[in-house]
Amino acid sequence: MKRLHIPTWLERQRYLLDFTLSSLGRRKGKNLALTALYAMVVFGLASVLMYTQALRGEAMRILEGAPDVVVQRMVAGRHDLIPADRVERLSRIRGVQEARGRLWGYYYDASAKANLTFLVPEKFWGKAGEVVIGEGVARTRLAAPGEPFPVLASDGSVVILKVRETVPSPSELVSTDLVLLSEPDFRRLFGVPPDLYTDIALTVPNEKEVPMVAAKIRGQMPDSRPITRAEIARTYEAILDWRSGLVVLVLAAALLSFGIVAWDKASGLSADERREIGILKAIGWDTSEVLAVKAWEGAVISLSAFLVGLLLAYVHVFVTSAPLLTPVLKGWSTLYPSFRLTPTLNPFLVSTLFLLTVVPYTVATVVPAWRAATTDPDAVMRS
Amino acid sequence: MIRLQDVRRVFHQGRPDELVAVDGVSLHIEGAKVTVLRGPSGSGKTSLLALVGCMARPTSGRIHVGDREVTSLPEHFLAEVRRRTFGFVFQQFHLVRGLTALENVMLPAYPLGGSRKALVIRAQGLLDRFGVGSRSRARADWLSGGEAQRVAIARALVNDPQVIVADEPTAHLDSKLSAGFMDLVAALRDEGRTVVIASHDPIVHDSTVVDRVVTMRDGRIVGEEP
Repeated sequence: MKRLHIPTWLERQRYLLDFTLSSLGRRKGKNLALTALYAMVVFGLASVLMYTQALRGEAMRILEGAPDVVVQRMVAGRHDLIPADRVERLSRIRGVQEARGRLWGYYYDASAKANLTFLVPEKFWGKAGEVVIGEGVARTRLAAPGEPFPVLASDGSVVILKVRETVPSPSELVSTDLVLLSEPDFRRLFGVPPDLYTDIALTVPNEKEVPMVAAKIRGQMPDSRPITRAEIARTYEAILDWRSGLVVLVLAAALLSFGIVAWDKASGLSADERREIGILKAIGWDTSEVLAVKAWEGAVISLSAFLVGLLLAYVHVFVTSAPLLTPVLKGWSTLYPSFRLTPTLNPFLVSTLFLLTVVPYTVATVVPAWRAATTDPDAVMRS
Repeated sequence: MIRLQDVRRVFHQGRPDELVAVDGVSLHIEGAKVTVLRGPSGSGKTSLLALVGCMARPTSGRIHVGDREVTSLPEHFLAEVRRRTFGFVFQQFHLVRGLTALENVMLPAYPLGGSRKALVIRAQGLLDRFGVGSRSRARADWLSGGEAQRVAIARALVNDPQVIVADEPTAHLDSKLSAGFMDLVAALRDEGRTVVIASHDPIVHDSTVVDRVVTMRDGRIVGEEP
């Protein structure tokens, strides 16, 4: 039985890699163009995947602080204000630790041409007449702490509030268009009577009891709609999946055309390459050595394209905040959050991309070479 | 050194375009001698040379290289025999374009591994020996016909083979260069190497360097001198 001699094997691989690199160098223009095209495809795919994954992470981080159940009142299929006495009724339901009426709403800011979210936090740390604003609001309104913040109230009057500070939040994704204010100011601005809330947030400590609590609410208050955190998470997931799916679909066309180019290049050996394989076999190279060179060739091209594409995508998403994808994947409002996503590199994502790009290309390079390399070396003598 | 027993080589066997290139040839090629296979185009000399050099398998018959029967060897072992025992010089020289003369000479040694430094010294030494040492950094496509042939010979010798197999080596050379080639052959024989040449060039088969001329026609041996 033949024994594998490791140093010789390594030296041989080094020679084969040297030969591969010089082969690639001899067809520099063609290989560089192919690598660049390949890297672009990896860049596009990796950008979308990294971006949606980071957005998903952000969304889940937001949901961590979200109430277990939100109860809304429905009138004729529309979300309506909910009577304040229901807070007490809901808190009596078994499994509910706390019920709290919430006040929030949207305000179209004509000067910024954007929808702002007005919200009364559980414990507003400012005084009446003050607002705490999100960074997006501060940017578009050029409002700094201490400056006036005029708002058009529902009765047509202009209420001048004062900016206390910009909002500190772990995720700018939701806080960017946020305006926090006190309860009396909210009610005055939007004309909400004191016996009504926008909705009611419930705290249910036992996660397993949430569906039961939701069912009870539906039974006791048929005009209400309980929304659980799991349902919100599913909605976020669905929206992000749908949006990323949309972009991936567009990219699929690019991927397909690249696939055709790559297959053509990799599978159709040129007459020159065939001749070269014939010479190598004739001067004593084994089929496996020819294939090793071709595999190295495919691996060098696809691996460098993969790494370049991945690196560019990482910079695009986590350093420059994905300017190419923002309009499609992140636009709930006209106020795009200008934020840096938390950099993460999921091993599953990287290996999926690797399997989708490097492996097929390397195989596409080796298969036709195998066909050429298994012919008898004397073919070169007869050519 | 090399023994062929009733060897046949058939292309496209069983098809309407079936071609018998080598038809029942038995031949004993002696070591440290120069043997020339002579014959017109299509006589089967290149096919026979390919069989001698383990570049192809016979359709039937047996071939022994030294004491080893090679016809039944798996491809991997046959390649091993090919690169350790034989050095090849082709009609078109078949240097790899884009590589330098030195890299071309080193190519057959790559699958064997070994120190790169030692290989470079050996390859450069061979180029120097054949008078093309100064062209070692020139790309193969920039070499003249005579230079390319010398580089091809250096490449054939890089693994220090016992047998040199050359197919129509003078086909693209003028008379002077052809005579020069035969001088190199004489030197190789004097080193104890076996040389097998397929050629219909009189400069080759009439050369005093040649020990034996085997004449072929229609895939068969029709004459031997002496």
